[in-house]
Amino acid sequence: MGNFLIYVAAALVGLAFIFAFTRFIKGPSAADRVVAFDVLTIISITGIVLGALAGERSIYLDVALVYALLSFLGVIVVARYIEGGF
Amino acid sequence: MSMTLFWDIISWVLLLSGGLFVIIGGLGILRFPDFFTRLHPAGMTDTIGAGLILAGLMIQAGPTLVAAKLALILLFLFFTSPTATHAIAKAALRANLRPVLDSQSDINHAKTKVR
Repeated sequence: MGNFLIYVAAALVGLAFIFAFTRFIKGPSAADRVVAFDVLTIISITGIVLGALAGERSIYLDVALVYALLSFLGVIVVARYIEGGF
Repeated sequence: MSMTLFWDIISWVLLLSGGLFVIIGGLGILRFPDFFTRLHPAGMTDTIGAGLILAGLMIQAGPTLVAAKLALILLFLFFTSPTATHAIAKAALRANLRPVLDSQSDINHAKTKVR
């Protein structure tokens, strides 16, 4: 039952990924795309963690941690670029 | 009711509500009309959606190293995602992106709502 609910949560997360990716493609301004990118990375982290526990491979948790760090840095850098000053 | 079933039920509730919050956030980021309104579902997905799913998985993992790593990811997300959202909002304001307010269609819509 627990494993089944992990798959259900993964399906919900995948659907949310499709919605956010649609906004990422059609967002009118660059800031919209940055917000969509932020949400996409968080959803990906959740998906990686769900996959790690469904497949019982704890090495993927380290991957998720590093991915969180790098996506945060990426969002901050692009936000500074939109702001127009480094 | 045994103790493991109790914790299992709590973890299932956390997992399902976290998935629900994530999909509501995705829907909001697709459907909301404005950049500044889209920040709201983005922040909601970042903190409470991922937070509930990670908490549910922590309960499923039990007191192991896996739960410690999940707690580390959760702590990191709780500090970074509001910072990222704030930085994007400030950058959009500096880049002359204004919230859509007080346009004629908005005023007409508000009047029809009042009646």
